[in-house]
Amino acid sequence: MAKSRRNEIWEAYQKDIAEDHYYFARSCIRQNFFPAAEGLYLKILREELGLDVFDDPRQTSCTGIAYHSGVLPFETIMTVVARQFALMNEAGYKNFIVSCVTSFGIYVEVLETWKHFPEIEKRIHEALFNATGKTFEVPQNLVHASDVIYKFRERLADKIRKKLVYASTGEPLKVVDHIGCHYAKIFPEKGIGGAEFPYVLAGLIDSWGGAQVDYPERRHCCGFGFRQYIIKSNRGYSVANSKKKFESMAPFKPDLIIANCPGCTYFLDRWQYVISEMEEKTYGEDGFGIPVLTYEELAGLLLGYDPWDIGLQTHQVAAEPLLEKLGIAYDPAAKYRGLNGLKLNVPGQPAHLRSC
Amino acid sequence: MKNLYDELGKDVRYREGLKACINCGICTSVCPAAEVSDYDPRMVVDMVQQRNEHTLRELLSSDTIWKCGECLSCKTRCPRGNVPCYIVQALRSLSIETGLFAESREGRKQLVVKRTVGDHILKYGYCVYIDEVSLDGYPEQGPVWEWLRENREETLARFNTSYGKEQAGTLRNTAGESLEDLKRIFDETGGTARFRKIEEFSAQKAAETGKQFSEGRDEYFNMLNDGEE
Repeated sequence: MAKSRRNEIWEAYQKDIAEDHYYFARSCIRQNFFPAAEGLYLKILREELGLDVFDDPRQTSCTGIAYHSGVLPFETIMTVVARQFALMNEAGYKNFIVSCVTSFGIYVEVLETWKHFPEIEKRIHEALFNATGKTFEVPQNLVHASDVIYKFRERLADKIRKKLVYASTGEPLKVVDHIGCHYAKIFPEKGIGGAEFPYVLAGLIDSWGGAQVDYPERRHCCGFGFRQYIIKSNRGYSVANSKKKFESMAPFKPDLIIANCPGCTYFLDRWQYVISEMEEKTYGEDGFGIPVLTYEELAGLLLGYDPWDIGLQTHQVAAEPLLEKLGIAYDPAAKYRGLNGLKLNVPGQPAHLRSC
Repeated sequence: MKNLYDELGKDVRYREGLKACINCGICTSVCPAAEVSDYDPRMVVDMVQQRNEHTLRELLSSDTIWKCGECLSCKTRCPRGNVPCYIVQALRSLSIETGLFAESREGRKQLVVKRTVGDHILKYGYCVYIDEVSLDGYPEQGPVWEWLRENREETLARFNTSYGKEQAGTLRNTAGESLEDLKRIFDETGGTARFRKIEEFSAQKAAETGKQFSEGRDEYFNMLNDGEE
């Protein structure tokens, strides 16, 4: 195959990511379960990359978790999305960053629906106006939060203080990437690398010195399942699917998992704890789990931010083995402190999953 | 009762989701729900494709349509451009609209979804909120979450969040004006009516069980959530 033809094919797997001036939409899960992550993300974009990002206090949930759990009509979520676009317009922005893979899938689906069914977009314009008096135009550019980190990964590579390598040997760390189903499985052309070769996180691993782990269940769902997790008695669905992934990746002895989606980060972290409690099984070395970080947590760590200031103590799987491998200095005594060094109590210990 | 297929045909997700299924089963082979249960998206599409009102009614009244996890892995893989998950989304909507959701054990659990992530949207502006996620309801959260919740004033201040404040930032209080916008959007677009239907049909079923039914995490909610029906 001629090189130009190959390039043409790969163009279908690229994606337009605006250079600057973004409106930021928060995630329900990320801001609760990893409460330092979004602040860190904005700090990296603004202070490390010098980008303009607007954080709007009027913005709300896209309602995607309720929608995908089957309790909201399509019209309702489309109109909530339309309100977010109206807020972006009012703030004077044209580029929209979504901080959640579920939301990203929702926004793309709504835009695609309107493209193919203009009469539905017209109906939503009317619904939004009737409900709020607002009008809207769709964004010129809509991306997932990790897409921006990917776009500027080489610029960040120039700034990072630690590469993704063992401090002791210089060998690359073995890193699992988990993209999240709604990033590219619904509309493959909207994700970097599509559904077949998603590169949004793998690109970070490559640029920052690590080694990708390619394991059999790499593309399998984390097991969120929306209502299957929300309802307590249905959670076997969720943990069983995560376990399928852990069992599949374990023989490759990964040092780290990085996840694209707030929900996936949460499940891959917490289900390791649950599996350890239920089956006394752990997937990391010496009784630890495999640390699970978000892309901005990884960037922050490599940029030299204090691991406890960026919230790594809010993960159930201990981050310390990763810090040791990377040769990152940390103060164990500062881990469970509040503002201004206020000493707090220490969390209880899991029965089997080793923590620090 | 209206013709169910006429109603289903009004849903764009049904029209987009069902082209012509050749029953190859690729959707089932990649389905995480099929991995852990007897769910079979190929069978769902095959049943819907028959265009038999009786079969459709049975499907809407069954546990089957509630077993999908909406990961949409099936959309990527179908060689004929069908989307079993879109069909399921349309079936779930119709099941609630017709009240048939209350005829199945899994369908009745939609009350739990409505009273958690659903109600949270109108109360907090987000589907999830730290104050509502107790270890009792979510034991898998583990000791670190318990620690974070116990110390949330101090830890969330350390992380420079806006918890409890009306300003931009993580975990801020959503302003009343935004919550009113959401409420009016729900009223205008059928979200409020959908919630009401879930409550009304659930109340009828709760009366049959003799369980206390009012609001929030009442006796009937706990029975459904714990799977003890």
